[in-house]
Amino acid sequence: MTTGTFVPRPGAAPLHRMVLAQARMETRLLLRNGEQLLLAVVIPLIVLVGGITAARHLGLHFPHSPVDTLTPGVLALAVMSTSFTSLAIATGFERRYGVLKRLGSSPLPRSGLLAGKVGALLVVELLQAVVVGGAALLLGWSPAVSVTGLVSALATALLGTAAFASLGLFLAGALRAEATLATANLVYLLLMAGGAVVFPPSSYGPAGAVLSLLPSGALGTGMRTAFLDAGLPAVPLLVLAAWTAVGTFLTARTFQWE
Amino acid sequence: MSVPDSTGPAVTVQDLRMRYGDTVAVDGLDLEVARGSITAVLGPNGAGKTTTLETCEGYRRPQHGLVRVLDLDPQAHRAQLLPRIGVMLQNGGAWSGVRAVEMLRHVASLHAHPLDVAMLVDRLGLGSCGRTPYRRLSGGQQQRLSLAMAVVGRPELVFVDEPTAGMDPQARRTTWELLEELRRDGVTIVLTTHYMDEAERLADQVHVIDRGRLIASGSPLELTRGGGSSTIRLVVTEPFPPSAPASLQASLGPGTLVQEINAHSLLITGPADAGTLATVSAWCDREGVLPESLTLGQRTLEDVFLQITGRELAV
Repeated sequence: MTTGTFVPRPGAAPLHRMVLAQARMETRLLLRNGEQLLLAVVIPLIVLVGGITAARHLGLHFPHSPVDTLTPGVLALAVMSTSFTSLAIATGFERRYGVLKRLGSSPLPRSGLLAGKVGALLVVELLQAVVVGGAALLLGWSPAVSVTGLVSALATALLGTAAFASLGLFLAGALRAEATLATANLVYLLLMAGGAVVFPPSSYGPAGAVLSLLPSGALGTGMRTAFLDAGLPAVPLLVLAAWTAVGTFLTARTFQWE
Repeated sequence: MSVPDSTGPAVTVQDLRMRYGDTVAVDGLDLEVARGSITAVLGPNGAGKTTTLETCEGYRRPQHGLVRVLDLDPQAHRAQLLPRIGVMLQNGGAWSGVRAVEMLRHVASLHAHPLDVAMLVDRLGLGSCGRTPYRRLSGGQQQRLSLAMAVVGRPELVFVDEPTAGMDPQARRTTWELLEELRRDGVTIVLTTHYMDEAERLADQVHVIDRGRLIASGSPLELTRGGGSSTIRLVVTEPFPPSAPASLQASLGPGTLVQEINAHSLLITGPADAGTLATVSAWCDREGVLPESLTLGQRTLEDVFLQITGRELAV
């Protein structure tokens, strides 16, 4: 038997390599999960096609064509499903199964773990955008293309991710895994139906003003402003930044690693 | 790159006190772990072993007392300490859908100079289940994967919590051999266990703890030799009268120690010679008790624990 195999040679990998490894691992696990795929791609596609069909049959009138009106909202829905529901459920079970505890004794610092998670979210969201955007283009989507619009869409998606991720982590760090699973799905369904994410706040009558202040309403409106008007959605971005602050504060105060 | 030189203890715990609500988990514990040794922390469930370990690993802040690991404060110098230690949790620690080897590769990738993953997988017999999702691994396979994750980063010091709980004999041997090879290569190992044979086989130093306090320390040999190296266990068919231990002690005289294990058995520590046996037989005859078995043996850590605490260690 050879000796010297286990002679100590400790050391952490460089931070960027650890974060990359963590992001890659978390992306793989997110994509491996059937329910996650349903949440990430199938439901948004159903909402897109269903919404366009319903608009046609019910004779709903928007200032723009149904596909142009609905696609930004469905992209927002996709961001919400990943950064809120998927992240909350995955993190809840990581706590339950001791993954966070295990990684807590590895050289990966907590900031690196968070960066890895955000990296995984962005990769999955990019894939969602390609699938949903591709399907929408096939259905006749013609977004207003401009630099302002694209930058606005990107900023809205990033701030929306930050807001929903901080709220999702708050949920996952405070509740048991099963309760997180149930709550994250329920909140997602409620916001999808009544959170002004897919349909503009104006479709909800007087409640629209309040709905615009929800992270879902702000995310949806931000995407619509970017893709329908190629404009800069200042108010929605501010609303999302405020929710990010609230979510981060709550998470930092309450998160339990075990 | 070499390991920073230091001759001090790998772990120092002084007057550690931890309580959860009304439960005192650790009650003024002192212990030291020498570098390059295998140290077993032995005690029944609930003795405070895991709490002590988790305080050394930086998971818990000491409520009172001092904890130093590799001369570092596990709380204040966590970032410096973590790359240098390996931790094997008692259970869990992996995503339910992750494949065994995939998980190990991931942990390896967080370290600067990890061990060869394929070699480790082979050494721990994890090759056949390398592509199996974690949730479908057997308990023993999960334990071995957990040990692999603790050592893959080539740490100086490894904490292993109940490393062979629930393993079959073959897996236990494999695990013991790996731990012995780690020590040979200079790794310090702290393990908790409630298996006597594990502590006797592996440990250079044993710390026996009970109810959060250190009650005995020494090498397995020192602990078992102290107070006479031989034991006689007397088991009888009918329960003893309450006076039995004292009356047998009086018959044997000084130089031997009689202790009641339960209503049916006594432990006699002292010279296990023909004279002692004759005295025990004569005593049985006189008291009218029928011996079911009379066993001579070397004093074990189990006996040591029993003699110190008056309770059995078996859980």
